Amino acid sequence: MGEKEQRRIIEHPILPELKDIKKVTIYYDDKPIEAMEGEAVASALMNAGIRSFRKTVKTHEPRGIFCAIGRCTDCMMIVDGKPNTRTCVTYVVDGMRVQNQNGFGIDSEVVK
Amino acid sequence: MKNFETEVAIIGAGSAGLCAGIQAANAGAKVMIFDENHLPGGQLFKQIHKFFGSREHRAGIRGYEIGKQLLDEVEKSGADVHLNSVVYGIFDGNTLGVVEGDNHYSVKAKKIIIASGGKENYLPFKGSTLPGVMGAGAAQTMVNVNRVLPGKEVIMVGSGNVGLIVSYQLMQAGANVKAIVEAAPSIGGYGVHASKICRAGVPIKVRHTVLEAYGENEVEGAVVAELDENWNVVPGSEQNIACDTICLAVGLNPMSELAYIAGCEMTYIPLLGGHVPMHDENLETTVPGIYVAGDVTGVEEASTAMEEGNLAGISVARALGLINDEEGKEIADNFRNRMLNLRSGAFGEGRRIAKATQVEAFNEFQAKEGAK
Repeated sequence: MGEKEQRRIIEHPILPELKDIKKVTIYYDDKPIEAMEGEAVASALMNAGIRSFRKTVKTHEPRGIFCAIGRCTDCMMIVDGKPNTRTCVTYVVDGMRVQNQNGFGIDSEVVK
Repeated sequence: MKNFETEVAIIGAGSAGLCAGIQAANAGAKVMIFDENHLPGGQLFKQIHKFFGSREHRAGIRGYEIGKQLLDEVEKSGADVHLNSVVYGIFDGNTLGVVEGDNHYSVKAKKIIIASGGKENYLPFKGSTLPGVMGAGAAQTMVNVNRVLPGKEVIMVGSGNVGLIVSYQLMQAGANVKAIVEAAPSIGGYGVHASKICRAGVPIKVRHTVLEAYGENEVEGAVVAELDENWNVVPGSEQNIACDTICLAVGLNPMSELAYIAGCEMTYIPLLGGHVPMHDENLETTVPGIYVAGDVTGVEEASTAMEEGNLAGISVARALGLINDEEGKEIADNFRNRMLNLRSGAFGEGRRIAKATQVEAFNEFQAKEGAK
């Protein structure tokens, strides 16, 4: 699935149609991403086709969403400069900056 | 650090915790409910299917509608719900340590109900840590709560009710479910859900498993293979299935850490998801004043969690002397009977026996302690 392709589910057979979405902009590694007010950072990234959120400490393997309820910590990223932020239970704010995290996310380890 | 006092403190504002809070507060108790999430309702708001059971179990109503009903009832009850509030420990058997946003405080409670729920099991296989491999519940949250498709081509691992229901909900959201893979020789969940899946043309491959997920930086496909009657891979049966998402619906386990660190005696019951706190027929653990309700005391489903919450709420109200004992016993018996109804039939009988084992473990432990 290409990065530009939106994954938002607007119409749904059971749930009400998503109308009048309030949009905010967050920045993923300085790239603007359109997000829906109130949604989790992880969901906004997923909608933009970004699923790889961080690299592991020792072997630098990619990780993304696993549990989506704040338990497994696989979705940790650097959010507004704060490393190890669980993006599945952190909610978007206009202008928020999100960075892919390498290892423990200290400055020198930010994934370029 | 501030210290608060309350009659009843409840950890978790999901199906069990909300029902417990409603019962206890309606009986006149001062109730505080804590939940680490920014919204109450636990996992109810991602359940968009109609619930089973009878009318008293709110059957025929979709999960998120039940969630709304509970929130309405909890507000009317006067129970005080604290969100974004993590309970990180229970001290001296009656005091919670709480971090609410940036505030840190303690809460001393006469009675504590732990209703912290469960979490999804993981299944290790080659490539299982690749982005795109996720819990079925996580995918369900994405489509039904966040309204985002986690992927377009999905393989579901596990054919229990979670696997079947989430597969169907992924299809409702526009994904293509390419196969449901089940290692057991037969489908795990209800026939009514499996039939819907089959009618939609999704193959349910029993005696099959995922050997590998592959892809550069995220999932691009899976290797699926057949298993023989000894659960070994049948050589040559490996097949490639292109997909971008692999969902794991391989059970859940109780988040019983708080009960454990509070000193509640545990017992191991695989059918209930692993280590669960022992409790008596009123859901009180081996630590006097600490009760448990919902998935934390054995993974079942939301309807049972609600009934356990009801029972725990009434039990603490009785223990606090807020209900006269005869009336209280009648209400509690009614909730217990409703649970027995949910734990009957081909799918419920095993859980009924397992839950009875849990109470037996409690009784044996207390008898041993008494003999010392």
